[in-house]
Amino acid sequence: MQRIGGASAALQTAANTSHAKDRGAERRKEKRKRIERRLWCLRKKRYKLTIKYIRSYTSSMSRSPGRKQENHKISRELFVLTYGALVAQLCKEYEKDEDVNACLDRMGYSIGIRLIDDFLARSAVKKCRSYSETADMIAQVAFKMYLGVTPSVSCNSVTGNEFSLILDKNPLVDFVEELPAERASLCYCNLLCGVIRGALEMVHLAAEVSFLQDRLKGDAVTEIGITFLRKPEDRRHRRNK
Amino acid sequence: MDARFTRGKSPVLERALGRPRSELSLAAFALLFSELVQYCQRRVASVAELQARLAQLGHHVGLRALDALVARERPGRRETKVLGVLLFVKGPLWRALFGREADKLEQANDDERTFYVIEREPVVNTFVSVPRENSSLNCAAFAAGLLEAVLGAAGFPARVSAHWHKGTTLMIKFDEAVIARDKSLEDAEIGGTAGLGGGRDGDSLERDGDTGMWGGDSLEGP
Repeated sequence: MQRIGGASAALQTAANTSHAKDRGAERRKEKRKRIERRLWCLRKKRYKLTIKYIRSYTSSMSRSPGRKQENHKISRELFVLTYGALVAQLCKEYEKDEDVNACLDRMGYSIGIRLIDDFLARSAVKKCRSYSETADMIAQVAFKMYLGVTPSVSCNSVTGNEFSLILDKNPLVDFVEELPAERASLCYCNLLCGVIRGALEMVHLAAEVSFLQDRLKGDAVTEIGITFLRKPEDRRHRRNK
Repeated sequence: MDARFTRGKSPVLERALGRPRSELSLAAFALLFSELVQYCQRRVASVAELQARLAQLGHHVGLRALDALVARERPGRRETKVLGVLLFVKGPLWRALFGREADKLEQANDDERTFYVIEREPVVNTFVSVPRENSSLNCAAFAAGLLEAVLGAAGFPARVSAHWHKGTTLMIKFDEAVIARDKSLEDAEIGGTAGLGGGRDGDSLERDGDTGMWGGDSLEGP
């Protein structure tokens, strides 16, 4: 609006320039016009600055909760103790070990179907071409990401769909001395089996996962066995065609 | 019971209580916690019961977390004052378990037994969205149970509950005996009975008289 006012003022001053004694008045008008223009520019700048400030403030406000989330880590003790509390609660409520194991497996399954999303989002791995690659991925990337350990993989069968992950350090049993005598067949870490099974199912790989050896039961190492159930149509053949 | 001790030495007992070696991903804990809550939810009939169950689980965790933590953070000393243990809770305990200190520690204006630990966003609630019909549910009841176990095991029996106030507030209500004991300890100090207390000093009671930093203003009870 002031620009229009300035323009009309300029027209008016142009019309008045013929008169010599209006020269002083004309100069004053021009000076006033210049000052007004400068003020207008300054106001516009301040307005811009205000907008920029508000925008940056709101974006930083909306970003800061995200920024705090970026460490994405919690203490290992809290996780391990929470898992222990869960198993203890289940043992209190179910009498039979098989029931507890089944319950842990079910819970692990529902964790696994969600964990796979987080895993794929954070690791950005490419599609695995074979079962052995899948087993390697689970051992070297997934376990490392979520439990901080790297089990070793070994292939158990000639057909190439049975693998075992050998865990020499299992963080879930950090605080477990040994199983009580009346719970001799409890699979303490059965949640892990469910997690692996659920995660594999979400990427269309049916598998059976179970504990083959367990240190808590007296074996030398903890061994998780993954058996991939072959799908009716073999995708690998189709790709080779 | 005897068979347990003769079956062979467990490697867990031989390990040194060093600093915790690694941190785990928050996603794993969040999913485990969600399963925990779902499991409890299937077995209860009301919000209060659900919070009680979560508190019970937190209790289990807190009891076991305290010993190792005290051995690491306060070796050779024991907290004997209410203020000392609360500052320990707000600082080292919260940092060791949740990765950051609690935001504020306040005392109620009218009640000397009640304290508040305030957190804008507790770690256990990171991925929890509460539906409207359960709007009084605060999964930080887990943290409340944890805190209750810690305070009880440290010799300061209290009741802790979780509320929606300034984010999440854990309201700690100490027993009468605790406050009375605290007062008598203070009087013993102020009264200058250091001569009598000298005999007790050999028990390595911690005497930090500096009240340190409070957080924020006191507020009225919720």
